[in-house]
Amino acid sequence: MNALQREIPSNPPALANGSGAAAILSAGIGSFTLAALAIAADRSSGIKSALIFYKPTGQLSGVTTLAILIWLVVWAILDFRWKKKTIALTKTNRIAFVLMILSFLLTFPPIADLF
Amino acid sequence: MEITARALWTMIHGMGFGALYLLACSGALVELYRFTSSSPASPSTAAQQRFLKVYLIAMAVLAWAAVLTGAYVIYPWYRAAVPPGTVDLSQFPQRLLMSNPTTVGWHSLGMEWKEHVAWFAPLSITMAASVFIRYGRDLSNHKQLRTAVLGFVAASFLAAGIAGFFGAMIDKYAPVQGGNTIQLMQGEKP
Repeated sequence: MNALQREIPSNPPALANGSGAAAILSAGIGSFTLAALAIAADRSSGIKSALIFYKPTGQLSGVTTLAILIWLVVWAILDFRWKKKTIALTKTNRIAFVLMILSFLLTFPPIADLF
Repeated sequence: MEITARALWTMIHGMGFGALYLLACSGALVELYRFTSSSPASPSTAAQQRFLKVYLIAMAVLAWAAVLTGAYVIYPWYRAAVPPGTVDLSQFPQRLLMSNPTTVGWHSLGMEWKEHVAWFAPLSITMAASVFIRYGRDLSNHKQLRTAVLGFVAASFLAAGIAGFFGAMIDKYAPVQGGNTIQLMQGEKP
């Protein structure tokens, strides 16, 4: 009985799921951007020196700062566009989780070194 | 009993922010699940919702404090360049690890992974906190949203766990040392 109650919401949602979908998808994009930038900085000396925002921390400062900025900008844009909409969450969740899994894998040095 | 300034910062970063975050993760997962899937017959109270909001915000603050102190306070000491002619590498943890084939992996795999993967924790928990603040109890009516939030909190737990494990091991083999010595307590004479 309890399981049934959990499966079927007793009330219709008060808020559209768009804001949540924007936050979830942008988190996946932000993580993946960080992983992709880390690989790019490792492979190209030009990108590496361009990403040294704070010398004592090296390219990590640029990789993380840029990834966070991209994450926040993407989040703001998606939230602005989706906040009043109902989004197909199956698709956005799947994309966000795939991006998050790829981020873990791409930051793992033995895999990152393949590129 | 004394400690160097760099060791103190490392302790604040790892045991203060990092370990506290890891401890909070399991609580957040359980509480988020319980809060957003409880039966309508026993709805959570406004006070419980407020508590969970504050809890998640505190977790986000801890996670950001951990990565920022790690990257901008401790990492520069860890990767400091060795002046020519230096024989004693104890003040240069990265070089110390890389100088020995039995410890080089702690840098080439451990630190290389940790320095990036750790950032997934604040990113994920900030997202989870913001979604909970926006939706609150209404999350129980958005099953897929709830699943995604729980998934990302679990991912942040994993990221923080990887970073914490390698941080502890790296500090075991090549501790960050130096700076002013702070006397914590006067010991008894042996």
